[in-house]
Amino acid sequence: MMNRREFLQLLAVAAASGMAIDSKQVLAGNAPSNFYDVPKFGNVSLLHMTDCHAQLLPIYFREPNVNIGVGEAVGRPPHLVGEYLLKYYGIRPGTREAYAFTYLDFQAAAHTYGKVGGFAHLKTLVDNLRGSRPGSLLLDGGDTWQGSATALWTKAQDMVDASKLLGVDVMTGHWEFTYGADRVKHVVDNDFKDKIDFVAQNITTSDFGDPVFKPYVMKVINGVHVAVIGQSFPYTPISNPRYMVADWTFGIQEDNMQKTVDDARAKGAQVVVLLSHNGMDVDIKMASRVTGIDAIFGGHTHDGVPQPYQVKNAKGTTLVTNAGSNGKFLGVMDFDVRNGKIAAWHYRLLPIFSNLLPADQAMTAYIDKVRAPFADKLNEKLAVTEEVLYRRGNFNGTFDQLILDAIMKVKDAEVGFSPGFRWGTSLLSGDVITMDRLMDQTAITYPATTLNEMTGATIKSIMEDVCDNLFNSDPYYQQGGDMVRVGGIQYTVSPNNKIGNRISNMTLKGKPVDASRTYKVAGWAPVNEGVTGTPIWDVVAEYLRDIKVVKPQPLIMPKITGIGNNPGYAA
Amino acid sequence: MNLLRRYILKSAGAAGALAITSGLLGTGNAYAAYNTAAFSAKTIADALKGLGAESATASHDIIVKAPDIAENGSVVPVEVTSNIANTTNIAILAEKNPNPLIASFNLSNGTQGFIATRIKMAKTANVRAVVTADGKKYTAVKEVKVTIGGCGG
Repeated sequence: MMNRREFLQLLAVAAASGMAIDSKQVLAGNAPSNFYDVPKFGNVSLLHMTDCHAQLLPIYFREPNVNIGVGEAVGRPPHLVGEYLLKYYGIRPGTREAYAFTYLDFQAAAHTYGKVGGFAHLKTLVDNLRGSRPGSLLLDGGDTWQGSATALWTKAQDMVDASKLLGVDVMTGHWEFTYGADRVKHVVDNDFKDKIDFVAQNITTSDFGDPVFKPYVMKVINGVHVAVIGQSFPYTPISNPRYMVADWTFGIQEDNMQKTVDDARAKGAQVVVLLSHNGMDVDIKMASRVTGIDAIFGGHTHDGVPQPYQVKNAKGTTLVTNAGSNGKFLGVMDFDVRNGKIAAWHYRLLPIFSNLLPADQAMTAYIDKVRAPFADKLNEKLAVTEEVLYRRGNFNGTFDQLILDAIMKVKDAEVGFSPGFRWGTSLLSGDVITMDRLMDQTAITYPATTLNEMTGATIKSIMEDVCDNLFNSDPYYQQGGDMVRVGGIQYTVSPNNKIGNRISNMTLKGKPVDASRTYKVAGWAPVNEGVTGTPIWDVVAEYLRDIKVVKPQPLIMPKITGIGNNPGYAA
Repeated sequence: MNLLRRYILKSAGAAGALAITSGLLGTGNAYAAYNTAAFSAKTIADALKGLGAESATASHDIIVKAPDIAENGSVVPVEVTSNIANTTNIAILAEKNPNPLIASFNLSNGTQGFIATRIKMAKTANVRAVVTADGKKYTAVKEVKVTIGGCGG
């Protein structure tokens, strides 16, 4: 129970942030008792989680204020941030939902509404929903095995067992493959055997093009045949080290997708859904070209999209969803299937508020057991932050800036590159940065830091290349990450230009970057085989132990031109 | 994957190599005239000229299948299907390669208009197929992006 002093502090915080305050709600911890009352509907229910990035415990996660859409995607979901998103979906500012779906008033709202996600809380919600929805399936879109210290240190065994305990039925993948092809096959053939179906229509052997995994699985839910097709991240061997999956080829494989859908229909599927790790723009394009898919349950781009985007194609309409990241949301799709067809549907993307959902005891005990052997390492206090630290956003995040500062200082480099990953949890001002939290930003199987000499021309060509992966107007050429974070160099970016012409006005300490001069560039996460170097977490930990306190500093952003009033951008 | 096929191929590997080197699988096409002008051309324009395909007709009956983004620029899988009747040759060009003409396949009468191979590409470019049918030239392209990789997801 909150005491009077805490209550007044809460009020002050809420008032200072300009939030809509209903004193009764604040008194009640703003905890509506019926938040998770989702009335049963229809006869086929699919629960969907994606991109939890191995976050077993509740965390904070700040949604982006920069998620620019280009081409047809301008102003279209998921390229809506802050107020634009609230307006589009009719969400009231200052509410619990506004906190879940946007970055607005993040620090204050986080204090008011608390942490999100956590497998023990998710488990309670999943079980409740399944209680009212017999036969429902839990689908996991992947990026489940990577993103935390314990996942890395147990080679994902912690997440493999947690997924089984949670009751996942069908899964596809992306970062899973960074443990190597053998590890994935081992888990699928042993741990998951007869429990979790791992599906991927777009992974074949490089030599003969044989399928590596089942393309889809047919389930019968209350007498209705439902096909769940898998689409793993098409560009895994490009965005991540190819040597880890050397004998497999990926890609979008649109023709094979159509064949797979047709095959499932021919075998009696009345509902066909795609469990996808394409990223939302790719899913939307695919839904416009491949026919016969009722719904796409998407991930990869980490977009918390409150309602499905409806895409028309030659033979019907496909619902395209995306269920955010870091265990923050659970998608609930209820289909009413009559006479072999979907007659109606209801969808909710439920935020997981850990203080509204009691923790499941068995899952809590499991998580405690998994973490116990690593407790000392995980809980090491490296520094305290006096600003909100986050990663997500097209160009930079405060935690990325910290990583760049660290590698440039420790490596004595003029320029720093840090990958534009979309995973990584957030910290509030006043939080302690533990090793656990640092690993949230850095836990990968290819963590080497590097120091290279590059000409100004090479630096520009790398930036152009990565920028095209983000802003190519054709989604099939996008890879779904964010822009490489650049330390030392300031620049102007024009997302709507073509490759080679997006980056301009590059300066280093106020002087133009010289195309022919050589610069010392620090970086991490090399995708080529055989590169060695101190792991990134050791470099950043050393820096944090040294500085002890992370002081607020302005976020260094490129100057963005030529996008007009883009609803994917809020200054 | 097909383990039986894998096993048979592995066992038959030596014998297969022998068959190829001794010409048992060869056809008369191996002796067709080598188009030096086209193969040594350094620009796409010269290569097309060498093939006599400067004014080839763009055709939807040719399907060029290649990845949108190459997983490995050294071995980019390319398939070309020609649904044009009486196809007698399929040539593949990577427009920005130092020597754009990669391969030229002569097809005997009645052979299905289909070829599949792997090509090397240094940078993002159109992969162009040129089809000869009834003495006329037809063409289609597919862009393949070659990227440095990393930084995703």
